[in-house]
Amino acid sequence: MNDEIPPRIDRRLAIKWMLAAGASALLIDPLSRAQSAAGVPLYEFPGGYGKDTDLVKEHKPGEFWRLTFTDTVRRDVAALCDIVVPADDRSPSASALGVHDFIDEWVSAPYPAQLKDRSIVLPGLAWVDARSRERFGRAFADAPAEGRLALCEEMAADAAAGSPLEAPSRFFRRFRDLTAAGFFSTPAGMKDLGYVGNVPLPRFEGPPRDLIEKLGLSDEVKW
Amino acid sequence: MPLIEPGSAAKDYDVIVIGSGAAGGQTAYTLTMEGARVLMLEAGRNYDPRTESPMFQTPDTAPLRGAGTDEKYFGYFDATVGGGWSVPGEPYTNASTEKNRRFKWWRSRMLGGRTNHWGRIALRNGPYDFKPRSRDGLGFDWPISYDDVAPYYDKVEMLIGVYGTNEGLENTPNSPDGVLLPPPRARIGELLARQRGRTVGVPVIAAHRAVLSRPLDSERLPAKLHPGNPKAQRILAEDMRNRAACFWATDCGRGCAIRANYQSTTVHLPAALATGNLDIITQAMVREVTVDAAGKATGVTFIDKLTGAERHAAARVVVLGAGACESVRILLNSRSGLFPNGLANSSGLVGKYIMDTVGAGWGGQIPLLESLPAHNEDGAGGGHVYAPWWLYKEQRAGKLGFARGYHVEFGTGKTMPQGLIKFGPNADGNTSYGKRLREEARRYYGSFVSFTGRGEMIPNEDSYCEIDPKTVDKWGIPVLRFNWKWSEHEYRQVAHMQRTFADWLAAMGCTSTKMPDPDGRKAIEPGGSIIHEVGGAIMGAKASSSVTNSWSQTWDVPNLFVADGAVFASNADKNPTLTIMALAWRTADRILDQMRKGNL
Repeated sequence: MNDEIPPRIDRRLAIKWMLAAGASALLIDPLSRAQSAAGVPLYEFPGGYGKDTDLVKEHKPGEFWRLTFTDTVRRDVAALCDIVVPADDRSPSASALGVHDFIDEWVSAPYPAQLKDRSIVLPGLAWVDARSRERFGRAFADAPAEGRLALCEEMAADAAAGSPLEAPSRFFRRFRDLTAAGFFSTPAGMKDLGYVGNVPLPRFEGPPRDLIEKLGLSDEVKW
Repeated sequence: MPLIEPGSAAKDYDVIVIGSGAAGGQTAYTLTMEGARVLMLEAGRNYDPRTESPMFQTPDTAPLRGAGTDEKYFGYFDATVGGGWSVPGEPYTNASTEKNRRFKWWRSRMLGGRTNHWGRIALRNGPYDFKPRSRDGLGFDWPISYDDVAPYYDKVEMLIGVYGTNEGLENTPNSPDGVLLPPPRARIGELLARQRGRTVGVPVIAAHRAVLSRPLDSERLPAKLHPGNPKAQRILAEDMRNRAACFWATDCGRGCAIRANYQSTTVHLPAALATGNLDIITQAMVREVTVDAAGKATGVTFIDKLTGAERHAAARVVVLGAGACESVRILLNSRSGLFPNGLANSSGLVGKYIMDTVGAGWGGQIPLLESLPAHNEDGAGGGHVYAPWWLYKEQRAGKLGFARGYHVEFGTGKTMPQGLIKFGPNADGNTSYGKRLREEARRYYGSFVSFTGRGEMIPNEDSYCEIDPKTVDKWGIPVLRFNWKWSEHEYRQVAHMQRTFADWLAAMGCTSTKMPDPDGRKAIEPGGSIIHEVGGAIMGAKASSSVTNSWSQTWDVPNLFVADGAVFASNADKNPTLTIMALAWRTADRILDQMRKGNL
């Protein structure tokens, strides 16, 4: 693990999480994890948000569990986020919407799915840091723009099983998925996608007539 | 009288109702509107959807962008604030470690229970569904028929508000004119599924869901529901006027602050409380039903969860509506000299024949639905259409290899992005990012369709729950141990679902080469996953082969009734909630009638 990502989490807790992550990886159905074989609940989720939170209140990363990234790593993550989702004429970049902090929240969460991602993302970030220092003599966030892009291009390529780029490639795909999740689930990201719901309407009009016709469909039914 | 302290229960209740969801809510509603004095006990906390529902919150205000976790299984904004498949301090056990022999038990510890987050899919059982054994020799017939329940389906639909259409399809009953509300228009993906469903022989019709597509008719309905009872009519009319019609936003699973969908807390409890005849104690974990020397129920013992103190409440009649397996647990834990094997268990059948719905799903990306112009597809916070079971004839002819049917629900459209985002295939195997990622996200968003099969499970001897002799919960109450087994009927049904979904997706133009697992043993969702637990105290025609009579009254204890899904003698593919409410109303009517006659 990267020296720059200190183990800020209590060791006992960390072991518990890692055990939970290992056990969960064996099960395909995420919901069947609710119980151990003996019927005693397996996960107590120390530091999770619990069963009963205030659902109408706005929450911020770091509110329920301690975050992981150091300032240095956070800068690298923000730089990576902005390569995955750069600003364009429709919407701002991922880091402008705080996506790097969402990723920190995600990989710091005590749940099995997130622990599994943690085991992919933290080593991946360590690899990015090491590779950047090797190639550019500095941290990823401080590397020249074309160098950062080249490094991402290296990870984005489909890596053969057993190749040295297999793990970085897996990391980058997951990092891309998380960045996209963090970005497109914000109001700006939703707008970018063309999600125009979440507003009260007096009537539900259904699809536009011309779209129904264009697709060769019909809604000539009783309702 | 509303929410009261655990120590301030009155001495003269007519009825104690255990549970506040579909069963407890409906029972308390019917009883209190007709003048009975009721004490309701709820194991979870008080909950008010008017102030607690996250109606317009976006995922960026939630931890993990709202993604589901093992603490909030259906996403952060799900209305369930006190439960899930695990409840801290309230374990349950399974006798087997084998995946397909285990049962996952969902509990919802909150006022209104599971009705706060359910899918609002409100389907009637058909005539076949009450007499399955007569048709194929499997399982059990109910001691009642569709005609016995139909008037109560009418009442419940008028009370809660259900949208849908009458199509006259086989074993898919119509509602009388003026009962259903008009359904919302189908979404574009739903229209495509309907058109292409014809090529694979699957009919697609309007869903029936408990969502107000227009305000309820407060002038007409109260008199139909409570004839000759002006007070009840007045209360209901006022309450109906306080329920807004759907404003076509917000997933129903979040709960509904404007009370446009049915939850016990948006429909049953406000009116029942307005009668002045209902007291509710929350955080009250019922341990057992107490009996006198003559074997009549005298009340219940419960734990005040906030203090741990044990208390007793008394009434003339006790109604179990705690959820099928929790009601079973209470019966089995109510042991006494008179009832050494648990209450109402002279048949030895309490806990036997528990059922869930058979579930499997599959989905894919549809190129025809890519890059569609932006339009609002939120709709009624759930599906607008579904496919009822359509192969009765083939099944009768023995062509399918499994005995009971399934219906299909599906998800389409540009729903609010939450959690992880799906992308289409990357032909070159590279991970897209930057400009290409943005283009792909815009192109693929809203182009995915998912199918969900919901089928009938046949009750069997190997699916039951019992008291675990070794484990107790944090209050020292013995817990349930589950035993579970699917039969070949369920496995083959799931395999059929998967083939149907793959064919249907192909007919919609899905080009994915990834195919569902043809092995039903692998594709079936674990028992309890669909949260349609029923059975365990089945009704029947004889005391030796059932736990309750046709009025949901236990054979052994005349003033003890079971109002929830525990009495189901079969579990049709139709989602059980509407039937639970119809039966609960019928049971409450019977209790009122018998109390008036002095028999209780």
